[in-house]
Amino acid sequence: MRVPIEWLRDYCEPHMDAHTLAQRLALTGTEVERVERHGVMAVENFVVGHVLERKKHPDADRLNVCMVDIGGSTPSQIVCGAPNVAAGQTVGVARPGAVMPDGTRLGEAKLRGIASQGMILSERELQISEDHVGIMVLDDGVAPGTPLQDVLQISTDVLVLEITPNRPDCLGIYGVAREVAAATGAQLKPAPWEHDVGSFGELEGIEITNEAGKALCPRFTARILDDVRIGPSPLWLKARLMAAGQRPISNVVDITNYVMLLTGQPMHAFDYHRVAGRRLNVRRARPDEPVETLDGQTRRLDEQILVIADADGPTSIAGVMGGARSEVVETTTTVVSEVATWNGPTVHRASLKLALRSEASGRNEKGLQPEQTLWAQAVATKLFIEICGASVRPGTTDVGGPGPEPLTIRLRDARVSGLLGVTIPRERSGQLLHSIGFGAADAADGLDVTVPDFRRADVTREADLIEEVSRLDGVENLPATLPASHAAVGRLTPTQRLRRRAEDALAAQGLHEIVGWSFTGPELGNKLLLDSDTSVTLANPMSSEQSQLRVTLLGSLLDVAARNRARGTDAIAIFESGAVYEAESISTGHLPEEPHHLGALLAGPVRAATWRDQRPPRADFFAAKGVLAGLLTTLGVEWDVLPGQPAPFLHPGRAAIVLVGGEEIGWLGEIHPSVAAHWDFDGTVASFEIDLSAIAPPEPARFKDLVSFPAVNEDLAIVVAESVTTSELLDVVRQSGAPLVQQAEVFDVYRDEQRLGAGKKSVAVRLSYRATDRTLTDDEVARQRQFIVNALSHEFEGTIRAGE
Amino acid sequence: MSFETRITELQGEGKAAIAAATTSAALEDVRVRFLGRKAELPNMLRGVAELPPEQRGAVGKAANEARQALEAQLDARAGQLAVSELNARLQHDRVDVTLPADPLPAIGRLHLITQTRREIEDVFIGLGYQVAEGPEVESVYYNFDALNVSPTHPSRLMTDTFYVEPVSDIFDPETKLLRVHTSPMQVRAMELQKPPIYLIVPGRVYRPDSDATHTPQFHQIEGLAVDDGITLTDLKGTLLEFARAIFGPEREIRLRPHFFPFTEPSVEVDVSCFNCSGGLTAEGERCGICKGTGWLEILGSGMVDPNVLLHVKDNGYDPEVVQGFAFGMGIERIAMLKHGVSDLRLFYDNDVRFLEQFA
Repeated sequence: MRVPIEWLRDYCEPHMDAHTLAQRLALTGTEVERVERHGVMAVENFVVGHVLERKKHPDADRLNVCMVDIGGSTPSQIVCGAPNVAAGQTVGVARPGAVMPDGTRLGEAKLRGIASQGMILSERELQISEDHVGIMVLDDGVAPGTPLQDVLQISTDVLVLEITPNRPDCLGIYGVAREVAAATGAQLKPAPWEHDVGSFGELEGIEITNEAGKALCPRFTARILDDVRIGPSPLWLKARLMAAGQRPISNVVDITNYVMLLTGQPMHAFDYHRVAGRRLNVRRARPDEPVETLDGQTRRLDEQILVIADADGPTSIAGVMGGARSEVVETTTTVVSEVATWNGPTVHRASLKLALRSEASGRNEKGLQPEQTLWAQAVATKLFIEICGASVRPGTTDVGGPGPEPLTIRLRDARVSGLLGVTIPRERSGQLLHSIGFGAADAADGLDVTVPDFRRADVTREADLIEEVSRLDGVENLPATLPASHAAVGRLTPTQRLRRRAEDALAAQGLHEIVGWSFTGPELGNKLLLDSDTSVTLANPMSSEQSQLRVTLLGSLLDVAARNRARGTDAIAIFESGAVYEAESISTGHLPEEPHHLGALLAGPVRAATWRDQRPPRADFFAAKGVLAGLLTTLGVEWDVLPGQPAPFLHPGRAAIVLVGGEEIGWLGEIHPSVAAHWDFDGTVASFEIDLSAIAPPEPARFKDLVSFPAVNEDLAIVVAESVTTSELLDVVRQSGAPLVQQAEVFDVYRDEQRLGAGKKSVAVRLSYRATDRTLTDDEVARQRQFIVNALSHEFEGTIRAGE
Repeated sequence: MSFETRITELQGEGKAAIAAATTSAALEDVRVRFLGRKAELPNMLRGVAELPPEQRGAVGKAANEARQALEAQLDARAGQLAVSELNARLQHDRVDVTLPADPLPAIGRLHLITQTRREIEDVFIGLGYQVAEGPEVESVYYNFDALNVSPTHPSRLMTDTFYVEPVSDIFDPETKLLRVHTSPMQVRAMELQKPPIYLIVPGRVYRPDSDATHTPQFHQIEGLAVDDGITLTDLKGTLLEFARAIFGPEREIRLRPHFFPFTEPSVEVDVSCFNCSGGLTAEGERCGICKGTGWLEILGSGMVDPNVLLHVKDNGYDPEVVQGFAFGMGIERIAMLKHGVSDLRLFYDNDVRFLEQFA
C-alpha cells in the first residue's frame, strides 16, 4: 500500500517528517517497508512560466525557440521540442539547477546552436502521468515565477506500507489516516464520504438482481450518472494516482481508482448504454463460460467464480476485474457506478484459479464490510459531478443492505492487566479505542466497547481489544518479567542426549557435519539404483531435483563430497544427522515415518600428508568401519556387522549390514564404483548410514572390577578356512572362552599356501583371561584354552599354529 | 726383576693405556689386556700361593692394590668416555626444529546450524523448557487450521507452501504439506500434555522461495509457555534473557506490535544492535548490520490466541483459565547475525572451508 504523504495530509496532519512518522507507525503496529520520494527530488527551480513567443528553430524542424516569462526581469529563452507549445500558454518550467525525478541536474544547454535556459515540462517529466506527447499546459491565472509546487504536487514522500491481512481497513488512505492520528495524537479530519450528494430510494433505469445469494455477495449498490464527459483527469488527480502507483487512463476510470485508494473499497463504472437489457445479475459462472476482461484477454470460468452478467452474459468477474464489453469508452455519456461487497474466499479462489490479481481482488479477497460500499458511492458521486460534469440520478440501488448490528464486547480491567502484565487505566483504554473509531462506555468491571463496522471481521473478542489497547499504548517500553512458575522443568530426553553424543562422537573423529537438503528427485534414485516410487512426492516442487523427499542421507553426502572435491579438497570426512522420509503410510492417510538417520562419508587420504608421511593411507571400508566403531562404542551399545548386500549402491564385496543389539539398523561399505562415477569419483568412497531412531539409549553401565586381580594375556594363531569370518571366529572364541576370556581381539591375518595349505588363513588373536575374585593359575588358563581349541576344531576344523 | 718391580711396571703401563683409550671399545681392550682372564696381573694374583711364604704377603698386597687401582681408573675413564660419546651421538641427532609439526588430530565441526540450535536449546533448558520435535510432513489442520490461519491467508497458497501428493484440495484439513513453520507442534504438544507447558521445538521447515535471503528449507525454533497468569511482560523477560545469552549481556530488546494469526496480541521482537550504538558505529559510520536503525529484528511472538487454545480446551487449555505466549525464530537468521554470515545459501553449500570456521 503506497500512501503519498501529501494526500494523507488532507485527512490528518501529523506535523512530523515522513521518517519519524514511519517510526511511530512501526511501533504501533503498521509496518513501513520504506519511505520513497515521488516526483522531483527538490522543488527549487521549478516555476510557473508564461510563453510569450514561439518561433521555429532555424536549424531544426521539430524544435521551437520560446521566450518564457518566469518572473525575472527578462524572459528566458527556452528551446522546446513539443508540438503543442504556443504563445499565451501557462506552463511549468525547470530552471537550470533543477534536479529531475531521475536525479539529473539541469544545466544551460545549446540545442542545435541555440542556447536554452531551462526546460518546459511535460507530465511525464514530473511523474504526473505517462503522457509525453506534449508539454503540460496549466490553467491560466497564476503569476509567472510562482513556485510550481504551489499549484501542483510535483514532489511528495510516499510511505510504502505492508498491511497485514487482518487490516483491510488500512488498504485505503483514510484508514491509514485514522491509524496515523491514533499513533501521533494528531486530529483526524472528517471522512470524505460524510457528505453524500447522492440520494437513496429507488433508482430507475436499471434492474439489479443477486442470484448468487447474500453469502457470496452481501451487498450490491448502484447509482447512475448522466451527462458524463469523458476526458483526461485534472493534474492533481493524475499526480495522486501516480504517487500511489496507479497509471491515469481517463477521468471516469481514474475516479474509480482514486475512490478505491481513498476508501479501500474497489468499485467499477459500466457504460450504461452498453449494459445489455439494462440489467445486471450476480450469479455463479457456468462451466467453462468465457468472458473478455478489461485487459483484452478472454478467460474461461468455472462454477466457483462469480460474475456480474447482463442480458448478453457475463460482463465482469465479480470482485476481480471488469469486462471489456461494457467498459467506459470515449463516447460514454451515462455511467453505472457499481460498488459491491463480495465473499472474500470466493474472490480469493477466483483470482488464484484465473491467475489474475488486481488491486481490486487484493482488497476484496480480504473480506470488506458492506458499509464501505456507500463510502465509495458518496466519494465517487461527488467526483463524477465535479470532474466529469455529471448529474446524478435520484436513488441508489441497494441489494443486501448494511451488515449486522455492531458488536459490543466487555473489556475487563483485570483481563487487560492479567494478559499484559501491566495496568492500563480504564480511561486511557477508552481514549485509545476512541482514537481508532471504537465506542467505549463505562461498565462495572471495565468498558463496554462497540466495534466499528470497518473492524467487524478483525475484532470479535476481548483479546482483540486488548491487542488494540496495548499496541496504541505502546509495547516498546514494557517491563521485563519472568514466568513465576513452579512447574517448569527443563531437560533433554535420553533420545535427544543420545543424538548429541552421536554427533559429537563423529565430530571428535574429525568429520565435519553437513546439513543437506531434505529434497531430492527421481534422478538421485536412478543414480543410486533405488526405487524412487516409494518416496514422498511434492505436488508443487521448485524443480525436478527437489520434487521428492529423501529416503537416504547418501545423496546429500555424495553431493557435498563431490562439490568440495571439485573445489580442491582431497580429504573428505563428513557426516549428516537428519531425517529421512518413508512414504508407505501416506496411502493409508497417515503422515510418513521420519526416522532420524546418521550418515558418514570418507574419501581420499585419511589424514593430511606431511613431509614425513607423504602417502597416508586412503579411506576405505575399514576406515569407515573405524569411524562407525568409534561412534557406536561412544554410544555404549552392543554392535556388530554381518557380511551382506544391504543396498544396491554398494561394492558387492565390501559391504556389510550394521547390527545393534542384534537388530539391523543400517549399512556400511564402499560405494559401488559405477555409482561413485556419477559424482566423478574414481577412487574409493566409503560410507555408512544408520537409523539412530532404532537405537535405544543404553541402560546405565554396571561396574566391573578389572583392577584387583591381574589378567593373563596370551596370543593364539588359529588356522581356519578362508570362508570363516573373523566375526564368526571370535564368537566361538568368546563363547568357549567364557567365563575367563574377557577380551579377544584379532591383531594379524596371515596367509601362506605352502605352510598353511590352500584356502587357509591364520588368524592371530590376543586373549585376555581374568577372574574377578582370584588370581588365575596356569592350570585354570590351560583348561580354558583347551575348551577354546576344542570348540574351534569342532566348529571350523580349526587348528592352533604352535611356536610362532 | 722382582715381582714388585714388575707389578709397578704393569701398573704404569696400564695407566698409560687407559689414558690413551679414546673409545669405549678401545678401553674394553685395555681392560682385557691388563685385567682379563689371561692377563699377567691376575695370573700373578692366582700364583701368589705358590710363592715362598715370606714373599706371599708383600706380593699379594702389591698385586691386589695394583688391580684395584687399574679397575678404578678403568671405571673413571669409562664414565668420561660414555659422557662424551653420548654428547657426540646427540649432536649427530640434531634436527631442523623449524620443520613443520605433525598435523593436529583431525578436528571435525558441528554445522553452524547445529551449534546455534544447541546454544538456543540450552538457554531455554536453563529457563525450564523441554525440547520436542514434530513431524516435518504435516497436515493442513495442524499447520494452518489449528493455528487460526484464515482460509484466505496467502501463506496457504501453492506459491507459499509445499504440498505433498496426493492433493485434491489444499483446504482439506487432512491434506499433507511440508510444514512452513515449527508452530504446528503447539497444538500437537498441548494435545499430549496438560498445562503447564514450557516447550521449545527446533526443526526443519520449508517454503518455496530461493534467493540470497531465502532457501526452500530452513530451520526454526518455536517456543510455547502456557500456564496460570503468563503475561506479555513475561514474554519480554524471557526473550530478553534469550537475547542476552546469545548476543551479549548488554543487549536490550524492543517489542513492536504486529499480526500473526495464532497470537493476540502479536509482537515482533528487535534486539539492540551489537555492532553499534543507536545505528552509529564507534567510527561514527552508519552501521551496516542494523542499517543504521540500532535494532535487529530477530523473531515474531505474542500471546497465544484463544482460538488456538480452544482446539485443546478439553485437555485443560480453557482460555479463560490458562494463557501463555509463543514465539518463533529462524536459526539461520540468529546464526547469520551472530557470526556475520552474509548469504543464507552458504549454510546449505557445505563448503568445508565454511564449516571449519565455527568452533
